[in-house]
Amino acid sequence: MNNETTIHVHDGSVLHDDHHNGHHHKETFITKYIFSQDHKTIAKQFLITGIIWAIIGALFSVLFRLQLGYPDQSFPILETFFGKWGQGGKINPEFYYALITMHGTILVFFVLTAGLSGTFANLLIPLQVGARDMASPFMNMLSYWFFFMASVVMMTSLFVQTGPASGGWTMYPPLSALALAQPGSKMGADLWLISMALFVVSSLLGGLNYIATILNMRTKGMSMTRLPLTIWALFFTAILGVLSFPVLLSGFILLLFDRHLGTSFYLSDIYVAGQILPNEGGSAILYQHLFWFLGHPEVYIIILPAMGMVSEILSVNSRKPIFGYMAMVGSLFAITILAFLVWAHHMFVTGMNPFLGSVFVLLTLLIAIPSAIKVFNWITTIWRGNVRFTPAMLFSIGFVSMFISGGLTGIWLGNSTIDIHVHDTYFVVAHFHIVMGVSAFFGMFAGVYHWFPKMFGRYLNSTLGYIHFWVTIVGAYLIFWPMHYMGLAGVPRRYLDFSLWTTFNQFNDLNKFISVVTIIVFAVNLMFVFNFFYSMIKGRKVRSANPWSANTLEWTTPINPGHGNWEGDIPEVYRWPYDYGKDGREYIPQTEPYKPGEKVH
Amino acid sequence: MLSDIRLKSEINPMGDQRNRIHPHKFALWVAIASMIMMFAGLTSAYIVKSGQASWQEVQTPVWFWYSTAVIIVSSLTMQVALRAMKQRQMAQYRSLLLITLLLGIAFVALQWVGFKWLWTHGVRLEGAGEGQFLYIIFGLHALHVMGGIIALLVILLRQYFGKVISYNTTSTEVMSTYWHFVDILWIYLLVFFIYIG
Repeated sequence: MNNETTIHVHDGSVLHDDHHNGHHHKETFITKYIFSQDHKTIAKQFLITGIIWAIIGALFSVLFRLQLGYPDQSFPILETFFGKWGQGGKINPEFYYALITMHGTILVFFVLTAGLSGTFANLLIPLQVGARDMASPFMNMLSYWFFFMASVVMMTSLFVQTGPASGGWTMYPPLSALALAQPGSKMGADLWLISMALFVVSSLLGGLNYIATILNMRTKGMSMTRLPLTIWALFFTAILGVLSFPVLLSGFILLLFDRHLGTSFYLSDIYVAGQILPNEGGSAILYQHLFWFLGHPEVYIIILPAMGMVSEILSVNSRKPIFGYMAMVGSLFAITILAFLVWAHHMFVTGMNPFLGSVFVLLTLLIAIPSAIKVFNWITTIWRGNVRFTPAMLFSIGFVSMFISGGLTGIWLGNSTIDIHVHDTYFVVAHFHIVMGVSAFFGMFAGVYHWFPKMFGRYLNSTLGYIHFWVTIVGAYLIFWPMHYMGLAGVPRRYLDFSLWTTFNQFNDLNKFISVVTIIVFAVNLMFVFNFFYSMIKGRKVRSANPWSANTLEWTTPINPGHGNWEGDIPEVYRWPYDYGKDGREYIPQTEPYKPGEKVH
Repeated sequence: MLSDIRLKSEINPMGDQRNRIHPHKFALWVAIASMIMMFAGLTSAYIVKSGQASWQEVQTPVWFWYSTAVIIVSSLTMQVALRAMKQRQMAQYRSLLLITLLLGIAFVALQWVGFKWLWTHGVRLEGAGEGQFLYIIFGLHALHVMGGIIALLVILLRQYFGKVISYNTTSTEVMSTYWHFVDILWIYLLVFFIYIG
């Protein structure tokens, strides 16, 4: 009865869920689909907004790849999309900065933070811990609408006359602080900062809710060690967000003061566009510290939800218990702690004291330990399993592959001696795209394929899913693997045109090749978007409440659960979620009590 | 069955869950951790900057001592208000809440006077010394106090104009925790500026 009573605590907001005998309050279109407080609807809102952003962000990369692959050629399509910034079918060099800035911002924050944890934390936390909704459904709704406002502002910045922010996704001052420095640092940078401030508010509201729900709203019998690993991962993600985003916000506040009110926190002794600026005493490095104190945890905010979902999906589809549950939780915890202690490894070339650098090298390399534990546990989970190769499973295996490939180059870059040489080259681009970008996308795709039946009561088309997977994984390796070699040869990132460097002309054909593959992968992912929306309406219907024969609580709800999730009482939990292939039974749901004499996990 | 539970929960909002903290209260504690991180970010930026060349210090206006006294007293009235509510002395509760609200407004006003004093004594926004940090950090703190004032106002309006009398102490408890937090945060900031600056 625990959960029954918890729900009454909220004054009115969730109360009506307890009329679960079909007497739902009349819901209007607006309260049901727009300003909904149902965590499942909010999850879908996050997902669909994330998909729209992903298309825009990826389209930017396709368009600038076009130019990178064929620097001499002009493409009318570039003028169609970019107008004066792509005059004559060629990307304006200044606008190239704007494109990469927006590509990074959109993918890192709007897609892989809000789109990924916003979607799956909202969908899975109440369903898998056994709660009717979040701790505060109202704040949860606010969280989405702050994200929406952030999206509107960021979208607006794409259309202002001086162009969107162009200082790189990290917005380092002085480039980002001075309107004189470049067109993108005029209004675009202000809109960027406002949008990101709204985004921080959104993720704080969301994070508060996720933590409070996981710790306080679990159903009877759901002890912390009976939580699915998805929930553990989302829990640590929320902690990272709640503790690191505020620091980013304080960095942004100082930057806004520098931009508009004449302070010099980040600015000193600057000569720009023929003018000597009066600012004195500031330190640009200070911004980097404040930025990377969020920036590094941010990469774990992106990867942890994917890790959690992959753990769950690998176990369900191998019909085997997850290998080393407590080791998985412990390694998530270790990653969370270390995430806060390694930020300066992004700053090895800032003139940092080499001794301090070596401390950060050591702490950075320590992350290899929990990461390796996780990788070994995933592999041993599928080892000799009765594997069902669903699209979700393939994407999960793909995630592990990508995470290993990208993680290994992390050991290179974590060493300051190597990092100083390959800093700001394509090696870094290749590393973080594989380990963070593609891996997190694979986790997200796995999650979408696996929980689509829960979201919409229909399946995604599997054939399209298989095509999606194989083209994307092969494509991702073909795009990013060669970039390592380019980086080792010294090709710098953020350059539009290399034709003046004869040394780098050896990579001309490689650049063409990468661009062509990018276009193919983009097209196949558009096919996934088609699959998503088509299946939402016309997909094969789910007939059984538990289509994957999984143990977790979300599959004990009706196929299309209403607001409140369970009709009748919330089920009680008696065991951990990974009893697969136990005592000759294929799976034993968490709601089944132990039999006398049964070995307790 | 259901009605039983509802009745019980109205008496004791936590129902059977005596050992568990109310989710709203818990969410506030997490939010406090988050706010601490924000101010920790700013004060550590301050420490970094204060160790560098051309650091300029400012004199602390006496007004900030008055505001400190005001916010400490308001914390006491908030606490007594909460106790009054727990004892169902609603009239006393309301007047104490009102006093807390007025003291909160007085605090923000005194901060404003302190800022004015600094401004007239030549501390402007140009530069990156103690004065500029002070405007930003104390200003952000004042914004947090104003947030608390709005919350207090909502609670008071509900008390005076609400259709039902609520004896549920949760929102007042959340309110008082937040109010003590901004109080302690202020004392930390003041001590920080005096000793580190």
